[in-house]
Amino acid sequence: MPDSPTAIANANLQVDQRSDAHAPDSPQLRHHFATEGQQRDAASLGMWVFLATEVMFFGGMFCAYLIYRLWYFGDFGAASKSIDATLGATNTAVLICSSLTVVLAVWAAQTARRNLLIASLILTMILGCAFLGIKGKEYKDKFDEHHVPGASFSFENVPIPGHPGQYANPQHAQIFFALYFIMTGIHALHMIIGLGIFAWLLAMAWKGRFTPEYHTPVEIGGLYWHFVDIIWIYLFPLLYLIDRHP
Amino acid sequence: MSEHSISEHSKSSPLKSYFSIWAILLLCTYLTYKAAFLELGRFNTPVALIIATFKATLVALFFMHVWRAGEKLIKLVVISAVFFLLILLALSMTDYATRLWS
Repeated sequence: MPDSPTAIANANLQVDQRSDAHAPDSPQLRHHFATEGQQRDAASLGMWVFLATEVMFFGGMFCAYLIYRLWYFGDFGAASKSIDATLGATNTAVLICSSLTVVLAVWAAQTARRNLLIASLILTMILGCAFLGIKGKEYKDKFDEHHVPGASFSFENVPIPGHPGQYANPQHAQIFFALYFIMTGIHALHMIIGLGIFAWLLAMAWKGRFTPEYHTPVEIGGLYWHFVDIIWIYLFPLLYLIDRHP
Repeated sequence: MSEHSISEHSKSSPLKSYFSIWAILLLCTYLTYKAAFLELGRFNTPVALIIATFKATLVALFFMHVWRAGEKLIKLVVISAVFFLLILLALSMTDYATRLWS
């Protein structure tokens, strides 16, 4: 037990020796970590804790969605039906492909394949931009149809799926569209931040900063991207695919 | 130690598992899209959510490497995030689902 000051000093000495033995000249190793492995674990644990707070952040919105979906069941179905599900499905596929390019980027960094790393990062950014472009098209459709909550909102005489002769309450449908714009909007904001992170990763990869020993930024940037993908995996069925059946 | 695990890692290429997970995720997306247009009565939403949870689990386990995370703390953080999300949803729903009783 290193209780006495000398024992602690000895322990520190050992730690120093260990880190020296393992990484004689690694500029990325901070002095408060014993080894590169410990530094990597600490960084990814930090990212995971951040993602846990993000789960709670999005969880609040999913909870609001759940409550209103149960209250205004048919109105939500009618409103959801007005969104183009094919665009949503395409965007899901685009995001899944981008997740694949992200794991390829991490693997390329681990195995010192610089060209594959750069190509994967660029592909990820292209797919991310494609996602935002399709999202923009979707938003434009909603503006054209006056489905954006606000003064010009209009959702008159839209039948409730499965209930012939009944029409959706425009006020309730407006709540659906408010949730739709807030949830997809905040998700899109995360995508834009992710694109910024990946642009930075690309610049670092271009300069050859990542090695099999040090590629933590690629790894935790990838964690963030996958998390944003997981959020979309839930948003897609909840916003686009409810009450679609005839 | 850490250099060891890296060199072992690069020998056994995980690419095959990455591409198969990717294919499964795309297949599930197609399935969930098709299932939404089937008449399943009250089971449409549960089916969609089960497929979504399956996809999210695959992404977390294999793309985010929770499966072979050596660090137990990471698994703890993942489990506690899901746990607290379920507390949030469950306690909120016990309130809202019983409000109309009075």
